[in-house]
Amino acid sequence: MADSSFKPDRASEDEGTAGGAETEPVADVPESGPTKSQAEPAPAHEPEESPHEPDAHEPDEHGGHGGHGGHGEHHGSESFFMKYLWSTDHKIIAMQYLFTGMGMALIGAFMVYVFRMQLAFPGMSVPGFGHVSPAEYNALVTNHGAIMIFWVAMPVLIAAFGNYLIPLMCGCDDMVFPRINRLSYQIFLLSSIVLIASFFVEGGGFGGAWTAYPPLSAKEQYSLTPLGATLWVIAVALEFVAFLLGGINFITTAMNSRAPGMKMYDIPIVVWMIVVASILFMASVGPLVAGAVMLVFDQTIGTGFFDPDRGGDPILWQHLFWFFGHPEVYVVLLPAVGITGEIMTVFARKKLFAYPVVLYTVFATGILSFFVWAHHQFIAGIDPRMANIFTVTTVLISVPIAEMMFVYIATLWGGSIRLTTPMLWALSFVGEFLIGGVTGIFLGASGTDIYFHDTYFVLAHFHYTFVPIAIIGTFAAVTYWFPKMFGRMMDERLGKIHFWGTIIPFNMIFIPLFVLGAAGDHRRIWSYENFPELARPEYQDLRVLATVSMLVMLGFQLVFFYNFIKSLASGPKAGRNPWQANTLEWTVPSPPPHGNFATLPTVYRGPYEYSVPGRDKDYWPQDAPS
Amino acid sequence: MIEHYVVAASSYARDIDSLFDLIFWLVGFWFVLAEGVFFYLIFRFRAKKDVKGEYITGEKKSEMRWISWPHYLVLACDVVIVVMAVRVWMNVKQDLPEADATVRVIGQQWAWSFVHPGADGKIDTADDIETVDELRLEVGKTYHYRLSARDVLHSFSVPVFRLKQDAIPGREIVGWFKPIKTGTYDIQCAEMCGIGHGLMPARVVIEEAAPHAAWVAEQSQHQVASLSAKPAAE
Repeated sequence: MADSSFKPDRASEDEGTAGGAETEPVADVPESGPTKSQAEPAPAHEPEESPHEPDAHEPDEHGGHGGHGGHGEHHGSESFFMKYLWSTDHKIIAMQYLFTGMGMALIGAFMVYVFRMQLAFPGMSVPGFGHVSPAEYNALVTNHGAIMIFWVAMPVLIAAFGNYLIPLMCGCDDMVFPRINRLSYQIFLLSSIVLIASFFVEGGGFGGAWTAYPPLSAKEQYSLTPLGATLWVIAVALEFVAFLLGGINFITTAMNSRAPGMKMYDIPIVVWMIVVASILFMASVGPLVAGAVMLVFDQTIGTGFFDPDRGGDPILWQHLFWFFGHPEVYVVLLPAVGITGEIMTVFARKKLFAYPVVLYTVFATGILSFFVWAHHQFIAGIDPRMANIFTVTTVLISVPIAEMMFVYIATLWGGSIRLTTPMLWALSFVGEFLIGGVTGIFLGASGTDIYFHDTYFVLAHFHYTFVPIAIIGTFAAVTYWFPKMFGRMMDERLGKIHFWGTIIPFNMIFIPLFVLGAAGDHRRIWSYENFPELARPEYQDLRVLATVSMLVMLGFQLVFFYNFIKSLASGPKAGRNPWQANTLEWTVPSPPPHGNFATLPTVYRGPYEYSVPGRDKDYWPQDAPS
Repeated sequence: MIEHYVVAASSYARDIDSLFDLIFWLVGFWFVLAEGVFFYLIFRFRAKKDVKGEYITGEKKSEMRWISWPHYLVLACDVVIVVMAVRVWMNVKQDLPEADATVRVIGQQWAWSFVHPGADGKIDTADDIETVDELRLEVGKTYHYRLSARDVLHSFSVPVFRLKQDAIPGREIVGWFKPIKTGTYDIQCAEMCGIGHGLMPARVVIEEAAPHAAWVAEQSQHQVASLSAKPAAE
């Protein structure tokens, strides 16, 4: 089922890249010899001949463009440190974010391994960890959530791919503020170190849930983690500063530094999505940073912002947190939707269905997302009448999101679909995210939320949104842009094994958790043995099923790492445009040099002109004159 | 569908279950339709030799219909869901019926305390009955609960009632329930409240009028015996 007749066409070194300096009019270039038709059977692993690789003389041509701002200084004899750790090159910073995010994902995965083992086999000594105490359990679930959202989804989807793609897709040489960009990563790295340090201080890591509701998070006599809680809040606040700095660059670069000719409707959808996500982030994070400062003051110098005994209000934190927290969902969702859009159009050889409508739905979603936050607080003690308003706004957000999904499904109509690994990931994003979307209705509707709030139903729901976003979206993006990033193709067969080995266990983890949630399993419970109605063996079996599926899913990630490293070392050379895509990043060598474009490109058309009638080729790069 | 897993033991539990069923069928329809079309398109438009994709912008009115009509239908479903959800919500959380009795529920790290009215049927009097981790109710009576917390946030969750409400230090939240089924069921804490969060189980005991009255009488005797020094109000 996963097979496809399409093979990456790396031999088709098209676009007259011979000199790299001039963009030749592709429109007039006849189908030249090496360009295979897609249906032609091509061996998956051709020997690395790829004789048309023009990247060989790339350094020479590059010497001639020292005029690109401050880039000249980095060329030639730069040290490892300057090149990879202190670089202002957006692509290097993207890699830094990507690899740091992947490293943090491993930590987050280890945490889920430990606490799911405890849930399936209460009281066992978990291999590699030991017995899990309730305090450790709480710290593990808290930090698993925080890491996966703030240190994996955010850095990988927004920071890594935002950094990598925005300058390349907009046709400029780097971000508008490269040094701010470098600072952004450095602060992010610092925040990661502070977070990891918080696990090892006296009292252990913070265990008050990733939402950090006071008074539990504000007073050490309640949380019993005096240092862990403070370091945790500081780490989160630093992380926000890092993404604020990054967001400035994303918005400014996409709005001001586009190639000549690139109009608003010619911007690739993923760039739009990252820009809107950055705007949402910047507009929503302020209140939470203020809240974080108040929380640190409550913890350390004894203020009482959230202390009811001294006139404070614990609910205030919840409003500040969720005013940020709900737009945050869309902050990570939108880039993943954008990535999916890019991949689906390329591998369906189709123009994106109703591009302007997609933009409207993005803006509508973004605006609505600021008016839904209290659906997290229906039963938190807010005035019950407020729930009615927030039910309306929350259920309404299903309209633009459903429309976005309809657009993607409609894009497939009339396509010529190649089920490559990136395409499988992109399609599975749509298929799986639909489950996350429809189950959200039960929680947005205040009446049913009374029952489902803080149960495993909620947990399964948001994992059906966040796993498609952070895991599926990331794998889609990595497998799709790997040839551009590293100049080599990934192994398709291993890619597909990894895909099915991830997607099947993923569903086997969370479908049982929906059932357990409906049966009344509450979240963040260390052991269900104390609850007679939940300790029944048939429910325990479901917990074991979820845990075993999780182990299988984690195991299959080894295939990905093996494929990643093997392809990095010995994958077939990719050439400039292995997928025959239209957007500007595919017109430069793989990997692109510092400064990206030898000559800054001019844009003549939108990014999704695939299968245009009357043309030999079924793609039409944005920079090819008509 | 929820009653298949958890007994419906309060007067409004059925309403919440029916709301769940309604949403289930509405969104289930959309889900099956969307996934069905999605998979159909993937199989129908697999790459074939010498067949190019079609050039469809999706910006023409005739094409736009394919997404605008479903979108109006989704909106119509949303209206139905919102109306039904708000009706259930107002019944459960907003409009409190007259109470036959009131109980006080207090969360603390890591136990639940309950204050029941004694023989006089009122709380905050000398003959109140205090229990820890056990709530005693009489079937068919409408109760108000007055919910508070001593230290951090807790959440009073009774799955068989389909009821959940956070307890907040410094506030007293009033709500209601009416047990309709006898039996002994779980009470859980649903809000992270520290290291003992998973270890504060309590039970609700719902009984007929006669055994309940007997329990009240028995507790009152204990209470009277040990009362002398105890302040009346919590």
